[in-house]
Amino acid sequence: MKIVIVGDGKVGFTLTKQLSQEGHDVVVIDSNPNVLRTSQELLDVAVVEGNGAYVSVQLEANVQTSDLLIAATSGDEVNMLCCLLARKLGCKHTIARVREPAYDQQLRLLKEELGLSLSINPERAAAREIFRLLQFPPFLKRDSFARGRAELVELKLKENNPLIGKRLFELGDLKELNALICIVERYGEITIPSGNFKLLEGDKITIAADAAELARLLRHLNISTHKTQSVHIVGGGRIAEYLAAMLLKAHVRVTIIERDLVRAEALSLALEDALIINGDGTDQELLLSEGIKQTDALVTLTGIDEENLIVSMFGNYIGVPKTITKINRTEYYSVFANMGIDTVVSPKLLTSDEIVSYVRAMANTSGGSVTALCTIAEGKAEAIEFFINEDAPYLDIPLKALALKEEILVAAILRSRKVIIPKGNDSMQKGDTVVIVAPTGDAIFDMRDIFINENPKLGAAEKE
Amino acid sequence: MNIRAISIYIGYLLLVEGAFMFAALGVAAIYQERASLVAFLMTIGVLLFIGLLLTRLRRGPGRVYAREGFVTVALGWVLISFFGGLPFYISGYIPNLLDAWFESVSGFTTTGASILKDVEALSQSMLYWRSFTHWLGGMGVLVFMLAVVPLSKGSGETFHLLRAESPGPSVDKLAPTLRNSAQILYAIYIVLTIIQVLLLVLGGMPFFDSLLNTFATAGTGGFAIKNASIAAYPSPYLQLVIAVFMALFGVNFTVYHLILAGQGRAALKNGEVRLYIGIMLFSTLLIALNILPQYGSFSKAALLSFFQVSSIMTTTGFATADFNLWPQFSRYLLVVLMIFGACAGSTGGGAKQVRLLILLKSLKARMQMMLRPRAVNPVRMDGKQVKEDMISGVYAFMAAYAMICIVSFLLLSFDNKSMETTLSALAACFNNIGPGLDLVGPAGNYSVFSPLSKFVLSIDMLLGRLEIFPLLLLFSPSVWRRRA
Repeated sequence: MKIVIVGDGKVGFTLTKQLSQEGHDVVVIDSNPNVLRTSQELLDVAVVEGNGAYVSVQLEANVQTSDLLIAATSGDEVNMLCCLLARKLGCKHTIARVREPAYDQQLRLLKEELGLSLSINPERAAAREIFRLLQFPPFLKRDSFARGRAELVELKLKENNPLIGKRLFELGDLKELNALICIVERYGEITIPSGNFKLLEGDKITIAADAAELARLLRHLNISTHKTQSVHIVGGGRIAEYLAAMLLKAHVRVTIIERDLVRAEALSLALEDALIINGDGTDQELLLSEGIKQTDALVTLTGIDEENLIVSMFGNYIGVPKTITKINRTEYYSVFANMGIDTVVSPKLLTSDEIVSYVRAMANTSGGSVTALCTIAEGKAEAIEFFINEDAPYLDIPLKALALKEEILVAAILRSRKVIIPKGNDSMQKGDTVVIVAPTGDAIFDMRDIFINENPKLGAAEKE
Repeated sequence: MNIRAISIYIGYLLLVEGAFMFAALGVAAIYQERASLVAFLMTIGVLLFIGLLLTRLRRGPGRVYAREGFVTVALGWVLISFFGGLPFYISGYIPNLLDAWFESVSGFTTTGASILKDVEALSQSMLYWRSFTHWLGGMGVLVFMLAVVPLSKGSGETFHLLRAESPGPSVDKLAPTLRNSAQILYAIYIVLTIIQVLLLVLGGMPFFDSLLNTFATAGTGGFAIKNASIAAYPSPYLQLVIAVFMALFGVNFTVYHLILAGQGRAALKNGEVRLYIGIMLFSTLLIALNILPQYGSFSKAALLSFFQVSSIMTTTGFATADFNLWPQFSRYLLVVLMIFGACAGSTGGGAKQVRLLILLKSLKARMQMMLRPRAVNPVRMDGKQVKEDMISGVYAFMAAYAMICIVSFLLLSFDNKSMETTLSALAACFNNIGPGLDLVGPAGNYSVFSPLSKFVLSIDMLLGRLEIFPLLLLFSPSVWRRRA
């Protein structure tokens, strides 16, 4: 597919990388020649220098014959203008990043006039993700599928966990809970485990589970959890504003520490029930005096990664039960994962997941289209949701008789509002929503991509 | 230094060369040339063996940066020209290995300088291979490899290869992915080649001659298959077709892409192409008037003059007359035309018209700045600003160009040839033209030089084709240092 990306910043570059590696023809527009040079040297893409909202620049990038334009510059207005222009020139689909809460709300009115196929709001997506994590603090990551009915949750095996030292086939009772261990991450390497796999302390596991059973799952795993009742947020940007609104609605006490007085005043007007503190969130004395020792969770959302890391580490040090850190430069994740920073939220990755799943659904021409996608285990694997709306040769065959590619797993099946975490005897049927877990890099666009060859039945290849 | 990645690229390069040699093998089989058949068979065997061995290597974790790109291109060219010369040596047509290498370098770099006294003595298949090296070297072997082998897989690292091999101060991708860009370039190249072959065959030239002469035209090489070069075909139609196509192959291929994309108007406004055509027509007129007394008729003088100007400017090096016997002004004007040569992004050589254009424009801007020190006037080309680093890149290129000329000139002087022979041989090789003046004129050849001079000229040809820096960087210690 021909894709034009306007804005070569954090989100733009992540998207460019992902989409070009999936084999699309990508043209990047930015007004800064230096970032363009980097993109061109690292990725197989064409670049155009200039303002993406100019017709001349869009024509140079051949927007008129492209399938999709993604506007991800820092300016909401520019993004909307880019999309409007692209539609007028004849681009088939457009996606705009719109971050300003006020614009975000009025976008419903404008979406049709602007011809937007999708608008993305990384900050709101990040706030939602943090909110969901705060609902179940022991999980490091939660991704929901099948309209929220099934989830993939990430968990670190700390000492005293009953799973440590067990082999997977010994965990029969986990199946009764409708849960399945999909991925184990150990020393930065991921494994899709077989029955003989032995779990060790320090492993990070991803579990597919029924969303309604999460609390029971935690109880079963002997992990104590208590309801989050108060949250401290350091840094009062857009994510903080979205997040605080969500938390307040769920009757959680919120304290936001913001450095800039004007911004703090604006926040305090927008969020009536929140406590807004004007001060430096990296100041230990201030944090302690605002009762950080007694809080249930600390969320660091300043614009500077280093500050977020330091404050979260301090939170861990004085014993805050849960810390969540916003990180922009995810490349360094493995470095600080060892230092206790385990729950990390990255707006750019959330955004690119959303867009990539949209692009794969667009690229998919035959039945079984991608309805959701998210990267898990630090981007080393991905979970893809398909909706099966056609008759296919792999249907109604028990999973154990299907010849799936190596390291590919059917993690969950949703059939008429019921979540099935499949065992060998279960099968897929028409009308099901299916969640597949696979290592990144295979770029699965179609249900057919998960089988070794054309004929999905096991042993079919040898017979022919 | 990521030696594994470089080895893999070079492995593919040798496989591509081996694959193309099968065609020469076929020609040898058709004409039943036993010695040539054996020579090609042996070379193909060696190429495929080394190629398969290298491409089997595991890629390893390292990445490919700019320096790996430069090293791959430089080493790759030295190696393919070495193996390309082997058939001449093995078959005994060129009994000396250095001479065979010279001939092959001259082929791949599209120079067309020959050490052969009697071209017609070569077997048909050797002639075929010799001309075909022009065709392959013209657009670039690496570009072909990029078009055929899916190497990049979304990463941009092969861009370093394209940049190091493509002529001109900057590289434009014609399509978002490198593979597509390379395919578009070769598609345009192949279509133009086919059209020329058809036009030549229609004019009564035998098919085999048409094909080989087209190879040499397309790559702007200039290896003739007759001792009298193109003068062997007296038909004005044939000479005109070749002259026009030489000029066409000397145009930046992005211009053709623009025309195909329906933006003909933008293509016509291209400053480099305008300068190129302007210089070509003006020089044609000057030389035609200068040689008019010698030939009597203006139309004859004009055709000869146009053919020669087109041949020299595009750095092809075909001849329809012995211009060595022309008046001094015409002879020297031709040598001057050699320096800047054809357009960037074409198959031609020389310093490129676009550099001349940037040089002229920045000189003009400099002079205006002396008159009005506070005036702001950026250098513009095709409606866009030419950035300062591009301008300084052109200055650096011209400085390196001058220095290589000086060093080569001194090395060549050991042969005790006349100044005219030495200088014109240097200009003709470094700019990938072929024939020069005096001893190396269209009627002469390069066999008069000593082995040292042949070696120096071969290196000059490679330096010229790769635009100096890739090859020069090969000898820079910081490229080979383990830690950058």
